[in-house]
Amino acid sequence: MTALLVTLFLPLLGALLLLFFKSENKGLIKNTALGISLLTFVVSVFLMLGFNSNNPGFQFIYEAVWISAFDAGFRIGLDGMSLLLVMLTTFITPIAILSSFDSIKKREKEYYVMVLILQFAMTGVFVSLDLFLFYIFWELILIPMYFIIGIWGGKDRLYATVKFFLFTVVGSLFMLIAVVWLGYYAGSEILNLSNGFTTNYLVIKELHDRIPVDLQEWMFLAFALSFLIKVPLFPLHTWLPDAHTEAPTPGSVILAGVLLKMGTYGLIRFNIEIFPVASMNYSGIISTLAVVGIIYGALVAMVQTDIKRLVAYSSVSHLGFVVLGIFAMTAEGFQGAIIQMVNHGLSTGMLFLCVGMLYERRHTRLISEYGGIAKVMPNFAVMFAIAMFASVGLPGLNGFIGEFLTLKGAFDSKILGSYWYTIFGATGVIFAAVYLLWMYQRVMFGTVDNPANKNLPDLTSKEWAMLVPIVIFIVWIGIYPNTFLKISDASTKQLVNKIEMIKFNKPAYELPEIKPADKNIKK
Amino acid sequence: MSMEIIYGMPLFLIAALSVIVLLVDAFTGKNKAVAYYFSIISLLAVAVSAAISLNTNIPKSGFDTTITGNNITFGGYAAFFDIIFSLAGVMTIFASKPYMKREFKEYKEYYSLVMFAVAGMIMVSHANSMLMLFIGIELMSFSFYVLAGFIRTRITAVESSLKYFLLGSFASGFLVYGIAMIYGATGSMILPDILNKITTGNFDITYLKVGFALMLVGLAFKAAAFPFHQWAPDVYHGAPTVSTGFMSTAGKAAALIAFVIVAKSVLPVNISVESVTSGSLELSKFTDSARMVIAVISAITMLIGNISALVQKNVKRMLAYSSVAHAGYLLMGIVANNQDGWAGIMFYATAYLFMQIGSFVIVGIIEQNNERMNFDDYTGLRKNHPWIAALMAIFMFSLAGIPPFAGFPGKYMLFVAAVESGYTWLTIIAVISSVISMYFYIGLVLTMYFKDNENGLIITDISSAKIPLAISFVFVFLLGILPGSLIDLAKSLF
Repeated sequence: MTALLVTLFLPLLGALLLLFFKSENKGLIKNTALGISLLTFVVSVFLMLGFNSNNPGFQFIYEAVWISAFDAGFRIGLDGMSLLLVMLTTFITPIAILSSFDSIKKREKEYYVMVLILQFAMTGVFVSLDLFLFYIFWELILIPMYFIIGIWGGKDRLYATVKFFLFTVVGSLFMLIAVVWLGYYAGSEILNLSNGFTTNYLVIKELHDRIPVDLQEWMFLAFALSFLIKVPLFPLHTWLPDAHTEAPTPGSVILAGVLLKMGTYGLIRFNIEIFPVASMNYSGIISTLAVVGIIYGALVAMVQTDIKRLVAYSSVSHLGFVVLGIFAMTAEGFQGAIIQMVNHGLSTGMLFLCVGMLYERRHTRLISEYGGIAKVMPNFAVMFAIAMFASVGLPGLNGFIGEFLTLKGAFDSKILGSYWYTIFGATGVIFAAVYLLWMYQRVMFGTVDNPANKNLPDLTSKEWAMLVPIVIFIVWIGIYPNTFLKISDASTKQLVNKIEMIKFNKPAYELPEIKPADKNIKK
Repeated sequence: MSMEIIYGMPLFLIAALSVIVLLVDAFTGKNKAVAYYFSIISLLAVAVSAAISLNTNIPKSGFDTTITGNNITFGGYAAFFDIIFSLAGVMTIFASKPYMKREFKEYKEYYSLVMFAVAGMIMVSHANSMLMLFIGIELMSFSFYVLAGFIRTRITAVESSLKYFLLGSFASGFLVYGIAMIYGATGSMILPDILNKITTGNFDITYLKVGFALMLVGLAFKAAAFPFHQWAPDVYHGAPTVSTGFMSTAGKAAALIAFVIVAKSVLPVNISVESVTSGSLELSKFTDSARMVIAVISAITMLIGNISALVQKNVKRMLAYSSVAHAGYLLMGIVANNQDGWAGIMFYATAYLFMQIGSFVIVGIIEQNNERMNFDDYTGLRKNHPWIAALMAIFMFSLAGIPPFAGFPGKYMLFVAAVESGYTWLTIIAVISSVISMYFYIGLVLTMYFKDNENGLIITDISSAKIPLAISFVFVFLLGILPGSLIDLAKSLF
């Protein structure tokens, strides 16, 4: 519990600390920001060590009264899924900060403050067990991200950042209505609480069978709109290529690595948990859109001339797998979706880092400007290849595990009830190989035609330090995914049991009894 | 009797002190500092005297009211608003000093006008009878008419003052006519009596309907709600910037309190079963349709305010139009017309007051000779004045209702109140209009932060404007992250 509070608040304290530094002191600011994010990562490792993966419920729960009138509390806790995503956040942020050392060259102090606030908000999204608190963190993301894209972004950053902001806000405000409705309905109509209102997630998630289906569907749609914009699901994805392309490299890394996962996380955490019946009713439509997104994203990625835009569209395609896995509503599907969220964070994050490294050297992202880079930067070529193959889904690297599980989940799903989702979805894997390998070939192989590319330096030690940790996890998940799958196993099975109980009236899995000592609730 | 004096002290103090400030002004000649400090100290004294009665449990009956004759209420929400209004007055006076100096219009009457306006607002919040309510609103409005035209050499100021005066007195006519009708319907001016007569069926429904409709016109005008909002942008634009901040926040809050006071008595939501009489069915039909009318007004007000603000090039005008939209949000609480709704109004009005005064103070210190108020003038503000830009950004995010700033919990409360009373569609419209408002609020942040201006903007004179900025910032931030205690207080006061 203490470790969780520290993981959450350390970045915020770090941001406040940075405010007291003089902005001329650039070295100190950079190192402090990196130090704080590394320290946060170390603390979050203790979370992983202290986590009991046999317990399907929430752990490290901490509750404090915040606004008693709405029963909105400061309630945080972790289950397997949120633990993995918190770990992803604490892992990606130091790497993003390290990559900012070279790519961010103005207004450093403001920048690092923003990144640390962003980390605070992202962690908060994954640990909130209260809808009000979740909403606060969800919206808090907007402010730092708005500035990061708007100040340190590329040429069209103003357009991109306003678009990003407005898209997200439209979705989240509809979610706000649903939060208010749900809080009122749960508090007044179902539970008859004295203050007539509650946003306590642990209470609300048990009420799903007492919310009428039509109401569930409306609230499902409001939540889903917000999350699917963030994911982003086709056709709500149009903000993403702009935001990704215009954001500075570390911004893209965080955006792809963590921010998009908030959407898919929200789908599992809120849509499926609170509105299971509505989720089943809409699973066909959303899965279809996911499959369309997989293919559409891949096809559009294929024709991009800008490497960064290509990677951005590949995100649309890859996140389609995650959504497909979620709405298959089977254990494999959920597990695949969760591990694919982590995978995408690692491999796409790494791809963005590699693109950033090329950009630092040549200040262009056009594929046609490159060619034969493998000859001048052999080490870089290897690293880029690993990131690319992980993204393609080569067996032995992490992407394969996630894509395989989501597709298998969709194949077996009794709720989707059709093989066609898997059949069309699987073509996305092939397309991914086409656009990524083709891009790699054009950038890396061939002769060095462009004289500007003749004398590019290979990886620096700082760049090694960014890439090697990611490669370790890419290979680890690829070879022995069980370390990570095990963490979210119990909580996933519990969720599947809930769904199967509704649909087929019998649970699918036996879950171990939980000793009360494990619950560890402190008020 | 002594209790009555203590609890009524804010009202007596402000009434006496605002006159004394005028006298001080007359006797101090060219020395401007005396009136300035005297009015600040007076307002602080009012706030302190109100704080005494804030948390005391005041007996509703058996409380000797020989002096006030049941015309005023004591403590509770009235005391809370006393504090808020005096604080708004203090902030305005602090910010006005450098502003007026720059405009070469530092007349001491300004301070007493602010004091009179605060006195009017405090009378409104203490009103327990229609008469008191009307006098309070008029006192406030008259001070505003003068404040709007205070920079009398400026043509826009004169226009705004005249416009405000003519339309405002017309609206007051509606208000007083409505009061007369309601008196005709119920035979009483005292609000609890009116409520009592209505719930027991001792009234005439036709006169009540007409009376309420007329009062609605008057009050909607004072709150700048559709379709009586047309004056607001011009008046807010023409008035001295700092007093615009004061008028559009404290003035709006006072108008909304008046609304709450009237709606509480005239539109009882849950009429108890034992009071069922022949007229009660008709009465509940009337209250339902009246709430629906207010809901429609609220919806159109927020949409029209935000859509008009969308196309403004001038920051002051943008804030003026968006203040119309905020009146729309506040009216959601009247639609709900229950404890949650009133508490929501109280919280949101408070939060709005700080963020709006804060942003007007910044507009005021940037403005020069009625110029430098366009969006383009704000480019690169952060370069020379990072703190001012940061504060403005925070106020904009708060006005847009983005957490963790004060605007968000306020909106949340109003949304909850509207949903609870079955007006989900109104919440949806509020959300849509919030999305519209995001565009210009974050547009200003965009101008300040993302566009660079080689020369940058130089602000010459901030001096005492720092104080209201600091107060605004503290409240916008504190009410944003720790709204709980104020929400609980708000609910306990009604």
